[in-house]
Amino acid sequence: MAVDRADPPIIEAESVSKRFGARLAVDRLSLMVPAGTCFGLLGPNGAGKTTTLRMIYGVTRPSSGTIRVFGLDIGRDPRAVRARLGVTLQQNVLIEALSPIDNLRVFGRYHVLREPELSRRVNELIDFLELRSHATVPVRTLSGGFQRRLAIALSLMNQPELLILDEPTTGLDPAVRLALWSKVRDLRTAGTTVLLTTHYMDEAQRLCDRVAIVANGSVITEGAPLDLIMTRLAPQAVEIECTTDEEPGLLNGLPPKAHRLRAGGRLMIFLDDATALVNRIHAHDHGERRDLIVRPTNLEDVFLAMTGTTLEGGS
Amino acid sequence: MSVSVPHAFAVWQRNAAMYRRTWMWNILPNFFEPVLYLLSLGIGVGAYITQMGGMSYAAFLAPGLICVAAMNGASFEVTYNIFVRLTFERAYDAMLTTPIEPDDVLAGEILWALTRACIYGACFFIVVCLFGLAPLPRALLAIPIIPLAGLLFACIGIAFSLRIPSIDMFSFYFTLFLTPLFLFSDIFFPLKERLSGAWLWVAEVLPLLHPVRMARMAFRGDASPIVLWDLAYVLSVSALLLVWARRGVRRRLTN
Repeated sequence: MAVDRADPPIIEAESVSKRFGARLAVDRLSLMVPAGTCFGLLGPNGAGKTTTLRMIYGVTRPSSGTIRVFGLDIGRDPRAVRARLGVTLQQNVLIEALSPIDNLRVFGRYHVLREPELSRRVNELIDFLELRSHATVPVRTLSGGFQRRLAIALSLMNQPELLILDEPTTGLDPAVRLALWSKVRDLRTAGTTVLLTTHYMDEAQRLCDRVAIVANGSVITEGAPLDLIMTRLAPQAVEIECTTDEEPGLLNGLPPKAHRLRAGGRLMIFLDDATALVNRIHAHDHGERRDLIVRPTNLEDVFLAMTGTTLEGGS
Repeated sequence: MSVSVPHAFAVWQRNAAMYRRTWMWNILPNFFEPVLYLLSLGIGVGAYITQMGGMSYAAFLAPGLICVAAMNGASFEVTYNIFVRLTFERAYDAMLTTPIEPDDVLAGEILWALTRACIYGACFFIVVCLFGLAPLPRALLAIPIIPLAGLLFACIGIAFSLRIPSIDMFSFYFTLFLTPLFLFSDIFFPLKERLSGAWLWVAEVLPLLHPVRMARMAFRGDASPIVLWDLAYVLSVSALLLVWARRGVRRRLTN
């Protein structure tokens, strides 16, 4: 990732809060998205991710704090900002009675594209998202994956400098997710800044240059996925079945700073090198079988360690 | 924030794109409805009424029913259809990810409702002419009243739609508001022959009364200064409701 430090950030949110009645949805959240990066907002449902996105593209007004996009105050210049960004909402907002081509043409007019530019752009997007095979049939007859690709095509209509994706692959099957990820990578390579929200840690880890973990409306930590794993935990995770009574005997001699997490009867220990611990557990068990997994540490672990809750479970 | 004409037009174009696909099926009922009214009331009921307001009953009904067609055209669009776009299709959420602002949505939807009012009203007008009930050419003066009636009922309907929580509320709008207007706005009988004193003043509140009175004046060719009051009513009520709807559309689409 080559980020020119002189480039002004694409998004700058400073201590932004949003209150809906008694509920504080976003709580003094600060965020800085550099140009040309893919930035992930990672958090459980209800963490304030969608509200944060809505404030960034200017349809939700912050109760306090400021947001600048492309260096412009979003509260002051929403038209100018939205002319340069694209948004794929969490739920598809396609016109089901119309074909993909007609959906694209209607959306192109929202950006005041005129012929021949409009037809040219519609064709480019049909090719880029591989929509040609069903370009003229009503959208309601298309599969979920196809509809999602069309929704992303709509948000690329104006060749946005910033693409906002709210839960881009929720509810899609694994093959479709892989295909969409590759499109997002293509866009990023072509210079588009991407801001996405997800509660899938694998999505964040594979796509994002930087992630911010959000819980209860604020950023609790931020950084490159691997850096977060290394600094917050350690590269290897050992998962074992063990009771709280067994734990001290089993883990005797473990470096005191090694992180441990317990989820019911399951214990996770994070280490730079798991070999010594695995050998000691085998010796302790005298050849008896115990459920034991050694795996790379992931963002889900970081999230669990920092919030005490799982991403899927919600806060 | 003010209205951007190209963006408001893009909102109009979205609705037009959907209407174009099914226009044949949409436009046909617009012709059946007036034929049925004129047959039942004009030729059926009218057979027992020698004269009303100095003319045949069918001729008395015709200008008022043209206004009703415009009212219905606009009203369906700004009630059920807007509510579907707002909640089920989430069309405005999509628009607000582009440079379109809530004011453009409002302007585009009013413009579209006006378009539908003109289609309904024009179909009715054509049928009335075919029945020989429109004294041409002076009845042509009633044509500008179609968009005026459309504007008035687009503004009333949209102000209502933006403030109701569920689609079920529209049945109240139609049965307790539009139906009484239809029945008591000078269309089926001359109000001033049946009401007296203060009641005549109360009747002036009814929105449909004003376009109906103007349309009938055009058909009869007897303009009176009261047309100025009718025009002022339609334009000022529309303007006031638009101001109110502007607040409503922003509250509904942004937060």
